[in-house]
Amino acid sequence: MAAHAEQLDHGVHEHPPEPHYSSRISPSILGMFLFIGSEIMLFGAFFTAYFFVRVVAGTAWPTPPFHLPVFVALINTCILVTSSFTMHWALQSIKRGNVFGLRAGLLLTFLMGLTFLVTQGREYSRVGFAPKDGAFATIFYCLTGLHGAHVFVGLSILLFMTIRAFRGHFSPEHHHGVEIGGIYWHFVDVMWIVVYLTVYIL
Amino acid sequence: MRNPLRSESEAFRFLLVVIVGALVIVGGAFLNTWLGVVAAVLVVAGIVWWLMQEAVPGVVEPVHKVDPSTPPGGTRILVVAMPGTSSVTVAADATEIVVTVPALASKLEAATGAVDDRRADAERTALALTRRLSRPGVSVRGEVGADDPWLATEDALRTFGADAIVVAGDADVAEQIRGRVTVPVTLA
Repeated sequence: MAAHAEQLDHGVHEHPPEPHYSSRISPSILGMFLFIGSEIMLFGAFFTAYFFVRVVAGTAWPTPPFHLPVFVALINTCILVTSSFTMHWALQSIKRGNVFGLRAGLLLTFLMGLTFLVTQGREYSRVGFAPKDGAFATIFYCLTGLHGAHVFVGLSILLFMTIRAFRGHFSPEHHHGVEIGGIYWHFVDVMWIVVYLTVYIL
Repeated sequence: MRNPLRSESEAFRFLLVVIVGALVIVGGAFLNTWLGVVAAVLVVAGIVWWLMQEAVPGVVEPVHKVDPSTPPGGTRILVVAMPGTSSVTVAADATEIVVTVPALASKLEAATGAVDDRRADAERTALALTRRLSRPGVSVRGEVGADDPWLATEDALRTFGADAIVVAGDADVAEQIRGRVTVPVTLA
């Protein structure tokens, strides 16, 4: 919480007035809330389409004769969830001064994320339907593709984090970059669990 | 409500909760699709309830005790006035007065940042009270505070070590402030 009172003097200002924000929410937390809110709205739009197609329109899910590769997606889910554990391990390691743990954790996380994305691409090529094959296929590709885009962004962040870790940029006192990247990666994981549940399981 | 993505550790903990919730939903859906839907509703409601019960860091921290640093022979008074207050009485021996007026806004206005009109109201009140309290030998300045009277008071005290606080017009606010500061609080 920071002081934000505005003085009502009428002297000459040599700089712009201090920005006003509510003391109730700090800018960083507000930024994170806005990010989460925007992501919820983004995914929410696609989930709305999904529920409309499946519940309101009553489209069969998956539409015959197509089948969803539930087992492959389950393996992919396990890989992605495991990558969150290695991400957490990496951060806990650097907090304790264990640079090897940080590097190994980030490298493993990156490799598992890459495996997830490659497997998803491979799944697309073998699934037997394209986005143009009806509402079911469109929604399937949109939801999983939107999440895949998030994984790609997360991988980009992870790549820079890993390079920085190998260059010795992080220490027990300074590891904010790993912290922020970790939050994003866990968020991507949570979103995949929701996507997997709705698209593949329910 | 606690932000589940406040830190990496909390995000990881949130992920674990979501995994457990997902397993419950899958288990329910395995038995019956509608049971899975019911489980999903219950799990989501449970997670929201859990996040609302979680203490937000900083809220329960002990109140910062302000150490007044008044120069010898002076008396510093903080006036907390609600918007629209037209007059307030301050002890005659005051040598330095700060008037803070909280820009009271609704939750919706505060959340969306649409507080310009409220801040303008508060500014008018602060300016009027500042002029009314001005007299020779007394330094008076006005401030527009946060959208909550206590936050406005706390913000003002961070930069102004008051010897006493005068609350204009709101007994509840006076009582709230009295319980959280070490200096005398009076209701004007």
